[in-house]
Amino acid sequence: MIAVGFKWFIFSAMAIIAVGSSLMMVTRRNPIHSALWLIVAFCSLAGIYVLLNATFMALAQVMVYAGAIMMLVLFVIMLIHLESDLVEKAKRSFPKAIGAIITILLFVQVAAGIAAFQNVGKKGAITPEVMAAAGNAQVVGSMLYGKYAFAFEVASVLLLVGIVGAVVLAKRVRN
Amino acid sequence: MMLPDIPQNLYYILGAVLFTIGAVGVITRRNAIIVFMCVELMLNAVNLTFIASGNFLNSLDGVMFVFFIMAVAAGEAAVGLAIFVLIFRLKGTINIDDIHLLKG
Repeated sequence: MIAVGFKWFIFSAMAIIAVGSSLMMVTRRNPIHSALWLIVAFCSLAGIYVLLNATFMALAQVMVYAGAIMMLVLFVIMLIHLESDLVEKAKRSFPKAIGAIITILLFVQVAAGIAAFQNVGKKGAITPEVMAAAGNAQVVGSMLYGKYAFAFEVASVLLLVGIVGAVVLAKRVRN
Repeated sequence: MMLPDIPQNLYYILGAVLFTIGAVGVITRRNAIIVFMCVELMLNAVNLTFIASGNFLNSLDGVMFVFFIMAVAAGEAAVGLAIFVLIFRLKGTINIDDIHLLKG
């Protein structure tokens, strides 16, 4: 078991990094800077997943999100190279400010809900001890190929459709 | 002095903060790729909530949901970015204020 104080330290460090880097992501004008800050946010979220006994998901987060998806985004940003268009003008507009304020009000609502929330669901059988005994990847894998086998197959078909769709869209149309 | 274990609501608050930052970005930014990245951040905030509540209920179902959300996000990234490249080829811009192809 990890010491509780160490857990607090990791949690607060990762939470501060995640919030700070996602704020930087939203405010940077250059999309490449935004993408790099988002990668930092994803990696710190992976650290929080490790605290939550989801080691496999932390690895998948780094590989799939910070690796594959953000690589694709950076690739497209560099492909669409048009400086004047990509670097936005910092123009403030009234509707945008109203929208942002309404979204922050939404956050206040959600936070009030969380403050009053007690998680009283029935506890399952997979305690951290069971997971540590069998290995996180093994527990996740047996569940993925057991209870969720059908959904897993559907996800594979979805990814195949995504690949084919991207190829079809990117193909130059002759006319 | 003994610290108490991290309360689960702290994880939910962190998820809500990240979700709000992403939503404000979707509303205020005008570059389609940055809007897309903000949507990814919102998905991640939801993932964090799923994993946190799954962990506190000693269940793996939250992790399974996150797995499928990741699969959907990967497919969405492939198709969405291909659409951005197409729109850029067609209109010469990816500023979402200038893209109103469906407007009558």
